[in-house]
Amino acid sequence: MLDYIQSYLNSNVTPGQAGNVFWAFVYIVLIFLGLSVAVIAMNWLERKILAHMQVRLGPMRVGPHGLLQPIADAIKLLIKEDIMPAEADKVVFWMAPVMVVIIAFTTFIVVPFGPTHAVTDMNIGVLFMLGVSSLGVLGIVMAGWASNSHYPLIGALRSSAQMVSYEVAMGLAVVSAVLMTSLTASGTGTLSMIGIVQAQQQQQIWFAFKFFPLGLIAFFIFAVAMVAETNRAPFDLPEAESELTAGFHTEYSGFRWSLFFLAEYSAMIAVSSIAVALWLGGWLRPFPHALSGETWDLVFSLFPGLTFFFLAGMAFFSTARMPKHPFFRIQTLGLGAFGGLLGLLGIALLVPGVRERVQDIYWFSIKVAVFMYLYIWYRGTFPRYRFDQLMKVGWKILLPMGIGVLVLTAIVGVLL
Amino acid sequence: MEPVATTFFFYLLAGLAVLGGVLTITRRNPVHSALALILTLLAIAGLYLMLYAPFVAGVQIILYAGGIMVLFLFVIMLVNLEKSQKEDQFNKQWVVGIVAAVALGGLFIGVYVKGQALFPEPHAHFVESENTQKIADLLYGNYMLAFEIASLLLLVAIVGAVVMAKKRI
Repeated sequence: MLDYIQSYLNSNVTPGQAGNVFWAFVYIVLIFLGLSVAVIAMNWLERKILAHMQVRLGPMRVGPHGLLQPIADAIKLLIKEDIMPAEADKVVFWMAPVMVVIIAFTTFIVVPFGPTHAVTDMNIGVLFMLGVSSLGVLGIVMAGWASNSHYPLIGALRSSAQMVSYEVAMGLAVVSAVLMTSLTASGTGTLSMIGIVQAQQQQQIWFAFKFFPLGLIAFFIFAVAMVAETNRAPFDLPEAESELTAGFHTEYSGFRWSLFFLAEYSAMIAVSSIAVALWLGGWLRPFPHALSGETWDLVFSLFPGLTFFFLAGMAFFSTARMPKHPFFRIQTLGLGAFGGLLGLLGIALLVPGVRERVQDIYWFSIKVAVFMYLYIWYRGTFPRYRFDQLMKVGWKILLPMGIGVLVLTAIVGVLL
Repeated sequence: MEPVATTFFFYLLAGLAVLGGVLTITRRNPVHSALALILTLLAIAGLYLMLYAPFVAGVQIILYAGGIMVLFLFVIMLVNLEKSQKEDQFNKQWVVGIVAAVALGGLFIGVYVKGQALFPEPHAHFVESENTQKIADLLYGNYMLAFEIASLLLLVAIVGAVVMAKKRI
């Protein structure tokens, strides 16, 4: 058994390529668990960060600093009455959330957390991710139509118009990044996610900074389009509360609603990981060439552990600042224990064998985490677009920009 | 590596495609028909994957997902659902239908029986990792002119649609 695991750890292909069903299954389970934890954490972080941006406290009651709030929410959602409108189309109404969740999770098959840390590496990686995530809008339209109600239908129609328009700009931005992969030594481009990151490693530059400012513009187009694709503020017209109650999922409650929630956040993580893999060097650590050598390798490999130490330090700091009243004793102890747990994780990540293996996963996740923070930041600061403005941005600004960048990238790529 | 293209998966996907096709024409509700059509198209994408043509499969998913999306919207906005539930779905031209079906079936059987000799042997080695690159070579190399003409045709169609839809430009 140990030998088996050892032999896997030394392999240098993904389980999907090796045809190893067992390890592929392990990866799928790990990604599923990791995503669920990430969504739970996002739920808490979003409420907390938004609250602090608006000078509020946010959830404070359930657990210290509201840390147990997501769990309480989940329990509430699970035991809530599950209502299906009498006039709804039963089959489609039932199918919509399931489809949305399946699609959101399927995209993660090709997300490269590291050179070997992906379920599989497909020759059509990016295309697969874009294609499968474009199926998600079908689930949303199905939900809106099946609810047989006005607000959801309008929300669904808005959502489909928005996604179809921004997909074009998004696709053009992706193509210009794929073009850059063809400038490697072998001269052939690739659509595989792992291949794209390796091309950045070979060319010793993140594609966001290649052909300055072309890469940066393409990255910007993608960064705007991906917010629109995931229906998040400031492009959250499909679920604009002030106009449409909750948009396409107005009629959903309880568990079905939580499936939409799960799908929305995993779709956010999925598009962020496309952006990270295509423009920000995927699993590569910052400055792998400018700051190379054993010393720098060591310094950068300490980051995962130090991050957890920082989190643990925050937890201990808050523990010290908890009110001294006996009423808060259990909460104080719990927070201290949580800090201790984070500290232990940090120590585990400093062990030489472990810290080299988690390096790539850590850098990939931290880059995705930055995007997730940006999502919350946008939501806290930007006012919502009007629908005609949204269409104008999509078709009249992003699309011409995308075509221009694509043409210029091709020209520069041929000339250099 | 073990090939995934086993007979079991072929029959599974082919069965799903046929099931989706039958549901598409028998459902009374046009939205259900559209959903069944998605099932068919995704199953066909799976078949392309089994033929070691991942690029075609990916394009199939992207294009048809978008296509069905538009179809969906047409159904929601243009079709009168109440009326379509009551209408007859099939016209009753049984004789012509049976003749056409038998002729087509006979053609298929004929091709199947004599086919082995007619078609060239399939290539023994499919390199999945070069599929996209091969297609690009063909489209932008050998068939460049045809490809560009086709894209020009589509452009003309788009411009035509805009001209017809918009009174003042």
